[in-house]
Amino acid sequence: MSVQEFIRMDGYGFYIWTSYALALIVLVANLVAPMLARKRIFREIKGAIRREKLKNVPQA
Amino acid sequence: MWTWFHRFGSPRYFYEFSGKWAPWFGWSSLVCILIGLYLGLFVAPPDYQQGQSYRIIFIHVPSAWMSLFVYMNMAAAALVALVWKIKVADVVVTSCAPIGASFTFLALVTGSLWGKPTWGTWWVWDARLTSELVLLFLYLGVIALRAAIEDRTDGSRAAGILALVGVVNIPIIHYSVEWWNTLHQSATVSKLDAPSIHISMLLPLLVMAVAFMLYFSMTLLLRARCEILDRERRSRWALEVVNGT
Repeated sequence: MSVQEFIRMDGYGFYIWTSYALALIVLVANLVAPMLARKRIFREIKGAIRREKLKNVPQA
Repeated sequence: MWTWFHRFGSPRYFYEFSGKWAPWFGWSSLVCILIGLYLGLFVAPPDYQQGQSYRIIFIHVPSAWMSLFVYMNMAAAALVALVWKIKVADVVVTSCAPIGASFTFLALVTGSLWGKPTWGTWWVWDARLTSELVLLFLYLGVIALRAAIEDRTDGSRAAGILALVGVVNIPIIHYSVEWWNTLHQSATVSKLDAPSIHISMLLPLLVMAVAFMLYFSMTLLLRARCEILDRERRSRWALEVVNGT
């Protein structure tokens, strides 16, 4: 089977490859979303700690 | 067993445990996906009736199974959260909803992409398709209800009750192809005595199903530990985790 035949899938290529591409997008999104959320939460907590420290600095 | 149960319910323990296990689920899922794709796209022969188009099955059926499985997980966690007020269970409900919605979306869209060349239409109001669409709305409802209610305890109770009531839809989806004989084909795999599918097609299907299951385990753990860290951000252990890196 040639590469072209494989991509064409007897004329069903569009339906098959769109399905597989969407599956890839859904899976990747489910990995990236928690990674971004983790970054955001870390940033927020670190910001809160920094603000807390600034408050505790005695005023001159 | 009970000490294990209690430890598991502790947010900090869950956070550490999930961090250790998620990568293992992720890598084993990747291995299964690669094996499944190889078997499904290169080894399995074309179908004698549907030609090549049936290859969508290796995405469509695992994601449809997962849409039901994730829902049952979410509903079980909702029950635990409502009855025993365990924090981690509520976190699992929150984390399951977007994952389940994405698998349901995938099942619906790949079904549509399979329906067009085989049935000649993208969509029909067939019982299986309609009940699966209702499932998507249930997931979205759980997400929206929680987001709409300011108070976390009230929000999680409302979302939990919706998740439990929605369980009634699960057997409807499963048996829809038997109760209403419409366009969607009936079960081929779950007839345990004699699955009407050849082993060369069944094997990649099952491998992909295992891959999706492992992937779900990974992404659930990743989401849940984010959610826990978010909710526990004022606790000492959360500060330790953040400062430790």
